[in-house]
Amino acid sequence: MDITIPILILAIPLFMFLFLGLAGVKMSHKLAGTLGTLGMGTVLVLSYYTAFTYYFSGNPLFIDGTDRLQYEVFNVTWLQFTDFLSIKLGFLLDPISAMMLVVIPTISFMVHVYSLGYMHGEKGFQRYYAFLSLFSFSMLGLVVATNIFQMYIFWELVGASSFLLIGFFYTLPSAVAACKKAFIVTRFADLGFLLGILILSFYTKQLDFLPMTQNPQGVFASFGGATFMGASVLTWALVLIFTGGMGKSAMLPLHIWLPDAMEGPTPVSALIHAATMVVAGVYLVARLFPLYMLENAALMFITVVGAVTAFYAAIVACTQIDIKRILAFSTISQIAFMMVSLGVAAHNNEAIHHGLGYMASMFHLFTHAMFKALLFLGAGALIHAVHSNNYTAMGGLRKYMPVTHITFLIGCLAIAGIPPFAGFWSKDEILVACFENHWFWGAWMMMVAAMTAFYMFRMYFLVFWWDNPDYEARVKEAEAHGHHAAMPHDPSFPMLFPLVFLAAVSTVCGLIPFGQLVTFDGSEYIAHLNLPVAGASVAIAVIAIFFARHLYINKNDNPKAMADKVRWLWEAAHHRFYWDEIYLFITRRIIFDGICKPIAWFDRHVIDGTMNGLAYITNQASVAIKGFQSGKVQMYIWWYLIGAVVLGLITAVCIL
Amino acid sequence: MFSNILIYFVVIPLVMLLGLALCQNIKQIRAVAVVGSVALTALSVWLLIDYLGLRAAGVEDPMLYVDSWSWFAPLNINLAVGVDGISIAMLILTGFILITGSFASWEIPQPKEFFLWLVLLSTGVYGFFISIDLFTMFMFYEVALIPMYLLIGVWGSGNKNYSAMKLTLMLMGGSAFLMLGLIGIYYHSAPEGQPLTWNILEIVNNASISLGWQKFLFPMTFVGFGVLGAMFPFHTWSPDGHASAPTAVSMLHAGVLMKLGGYGCFRVAIYLMPQAANELAWIFIILTGISVVYGAFSACVQNDLKYINAYSSVSHCGLVLFAILMLNTTAMTGAIMQMLSHGLMTALFFALIGMIYGRTHTRDIREMGGMMQILPYLSVCYVIAGMASLGLPGLSGFVAEMTIFVGSFQHTDLFHRVFVIVACSSIVTTAVYILRVVGKLLYGPVYDEHHMTLTDAKWWERLSTATLIVCVAAIGCFPNFFADLIKFTFSPDIFKVLGLN
Repeated sequence: MDITIPILILAIPLFMFLFLGLAGVKMSHKLAGTLGTLGMGTVLVLSYYTAFTYYFSGNPLFIDGTDRLQYEVFNVTWLQFTDFLSIKLGFLLDPISAMMLVVIPTISFMVHVYSLGYMHGEKGFQRYYAFLSLFSFSMLGLVVATNIFQMYIFWELVGASSFLLIGFFYTLPSAVAACKKAFIVTRFADLGFLLGILILSFYTKQLDFLPMTQNPQGVFASFGGATFMGASVLTWALVLIFTGGMGKSAMLPLHIWLPDAMEGPTPVSALIHAATMVVAGVYLVARLFPLYMLENAALMFITVVGAVTAFYAAIVACTQIDIKRILAFSTISQIAFMMVSLGVAAHNNEAIHHGLGYMASMFHLFTHAMFKALLFLGAGALIHAVHSNNYTAMGGLRKYMPVTHITFLIGCLAIAGIPPFAGFWSKDEILVACFENHWFWGAWMMMVAAMTAFYMFRMYFLVFWWDNPDYEARVKEAEAHGHHAAMPHDPSFPMLFPLVFLAAVSTVCGLIPFGQLVTFDGSEYIAHLNLPVAGASVAIAVIAIFFARHLYINKNDNPKAMADKVRWLWEAAHHRFYWDEIYLFITRRIIFDGICKPIAWFDRHVIDGTMNGLAYITNQASVAIKGFQSGKVQMYIWWYLIGAVVLGLITAVCIL
Repeated sequence: MFSNILIYFVVIPLVMLLGLALCQNIKQIRAVAVVGSVALTALSVWLLIDYLGLRAAGVEDPMLYVDSWSWFAPLNINLAVGVDGISIAMLILTGFILITGSFASWEIPQPKEFFLWLVLLSTGVYGFFISIDLFTMFMFYEVALIPMYLLIGVWGSGNKNYSAMKLTLMLMGGSAFLMLGLIGIYYHSAPEGQPLTWNILEIVNNASISLGWQKFLFPMTFVGFGVLGAMFPFHTWSPDGHASAPTAVSMLHAGVLMKLGGYGCFRVAIYLMPQAANELAWIFIILTGISVVYGAFSACVQNDLKYINAYSSVSHCGLVLFAILMLNTTAMTGAIMQMLSHGLMTALFFALIGMIYGRTHTRDIREMGGMMQILPYLSVCYVIAGMASLGLPGLSGFVAEMTIFVGSFQHTDLFHRVFVIVACSSIVTTAVYILRVVGKLLYGPVYDEHHMTLTDAKWWERLSTATLIVCVAAIGCFPNFFADLIKFTFSPDIFKVLGLN
């Protein structure tokens, strides 16, 4: 395959970042936005072309009969460590990277277009587009990585671009705190990732993906059954690598940065914190799945973390007020679905049900990217219209924003798992995969699926139905204060187009025959609808939706009364079960006050005190003996005589 | 004598000294400083090209351009020069920092005297890097240290007399150990009956230092150089010294002078006494491991920008010594890359801190805020420097640290690997103190209304910082070039002795 197009896919966003970053200050907003969007549009076309070539060209490089192959378009050494360990930069085409080549540019392009309207007139518009390009570059580099270190490199780069974009409104203290938090929490997780890579490299002497994943038994053998603290070292390495994924994908207990990351501009939340970067953890596990299959303990860990996170985030999402936070917790919960799905996909090195969980996870990653981006962009339109993130400032908006309303509803139906919308198909596969592993996981995830439908429709009804606030009075009041104000209305074309497009995609993309495109071993898998599971999940989702409708269609006191009954639970969930407070305690009281400050004190007073003490002693000694250097000759003779006598005596004593 | 290219690294600074002495006004001084440092950098780049050409032609000697001129025959003291990839990398680093340091001192008071001392200091640094005779090496080392006292004492700020005295005395204390070690090496430099020598290459060939003596002399030299490399617990001169030093001096000191420590530890302590290094490494691995973690934690609670950076240097330079002690090619390559990387980015940091301090007259992060709105250029540079420091891929810190971590972790001994894990944890702590500064100093609302009137970087400041950023990015984007340049040195002699690789 020609390498020009793959190189361009990476080079164009990188060039756009450098160009807009360096020359952007001199450009008009319009020019910078147009350039960024055109650049991303080109990438979109090129990567669609690449992905479609991979899937459908039938080229023997990519497909052998019905088995899809992994193909390295190029792979060059970037930094040689030892004879066998090196960082290589390359471009790997396989079912999942080709799928990501569709997801990332699609969402990124939509966000580029959407931002033309959403960020219109913001200070630092050019910088914003530069950062978006940087992010797109990093994310594309991450998914096509041929080498685990290449993945780590781009992993760090997406983290940095996420930091820059969350902190885009850098004058707001809340945004500053959020971007710091996001970076440091994910960095902490990346430490685990790095250690995992180091352990893997020590035993396998290998950093490239293909030799590892195509010969997992070789990797297993290279560890020679080494154990550490009761678990095999391979398990430790895999769990540590997964820690990196937990950080990026906001799994419990490293999830705390994601809700705060909503301080960034809403299109950024849609792109980075819903559709692409946060699924990097899932992608990482999927990429190394043949290795994870070797260790049940690692898979079990992933499943448990995912299941707990899914439930936790769903409960918290039921009590949030800020619509972006509801979506953020919903994202956490949905990513946890993908994690669980991977975790249940294999047992004892045997793929369960042809690795259905793996396929379902990737499928859900794909559909979730579409409908969650849609929901976030819809939320952006709402926030744009009422100038508040809280649903308390909204209500009855279906009349004012019809297009937003319909597209948002489609997003909610998709995530709730109502056929024929996208989420139904992928979530159904996940539930089937869970039931294939153990009924407990199936039942557990079905419960979370019901909660998903409930909290999404809670938000939907609260925003579009519920109360009908007096928007006119608000406009008048704002104008009385000299502000420009208008009634809530559907946004302009650049913002509307992505909504409609993504709504259309979310409606139909569940019908893609995903099993023929993406499976864990490349062989074709024909998905069947598992009617009992599908029927149960739809029924339970519909019940949840009607329950939400019953509670929130009109303004009433029932929700409050219900919350009052379990006030402690509601409060705890509203405060996200106090995770932030716990972290604050650990960082402030233990790390800062308990470690850093004592070390700094120790350094100034003990270590430096010793040095100063030495100087002081020297000084004092010098003061004490300086009297001897008096310049009086008689004195010198006197000491000379005493010395001579003492020496003489000593000699005499020794001889005698 | 003057047919050897290396000698010009000492001649040019001496000519610059003469030129500076004759200068009448600030313009001439600037001209001499800039022309001289550019000439030195150009020379080192030319040396690099020539060196690569020779290597490509298959020259396998451990050092090239080797030459020796008798200086004091009775004690076999020669002016012996020679370079390999590592020295050339250090020479280039020194050149770039000297150029940028000159620009950063564009408006220093009493420029003539300042530049005289600064150039004298760089004479010492250049002489040190090209010397392969232990005695001349030591002499140049001292030449580089002494001007520090005056530069800080006269042009410094804050508690400058105390700091200057402390820095000089502590480094002199280190020198005392070092001198003892070097003289010890000299007296065991050749087998019985052969003439003694100071020449590093000859000492390596003779390999006549007994293990017993090595065990005595290795700690002497390692600690002697380690003091300059800010090794725990001999690092406390660094925060005070850097905090009081003027901008260019901080840049040169943290950027180049601290590298003399790492370079010396490698070139003398480990190169000449590898068996002792192998046996005693564990002690210093513990000490340098502490440096890495301890420096990073201390930096988290400092409020003075220069203290933060000085403790960060303790952490990063600790990593250099830590990696050298791992005694394998990859980790040592990483150590040298870290020296380059740290030299450039810490110089960038100190340059920026100096520029910010020159405007706000405070370095306390509690008294500043929102600089991004007021000084966008400097703030963006600061963010880039911070990102380099916390190891963002594409900038130099990442490649250096990763080479160190991966190399060190290949060590077969579990003890070493455990300490690598401990050292790895510094990547998180580094992120904490860097982002703390970014959040307080650059982001957020403007803290002091008086700062609103400040003006952004002047052209010479832009030139200075942009040059350093380009260098940092160059290492970060094309690491293999530098790794290959450095790696060659490690292949031949040293690991043969140990039977390690």
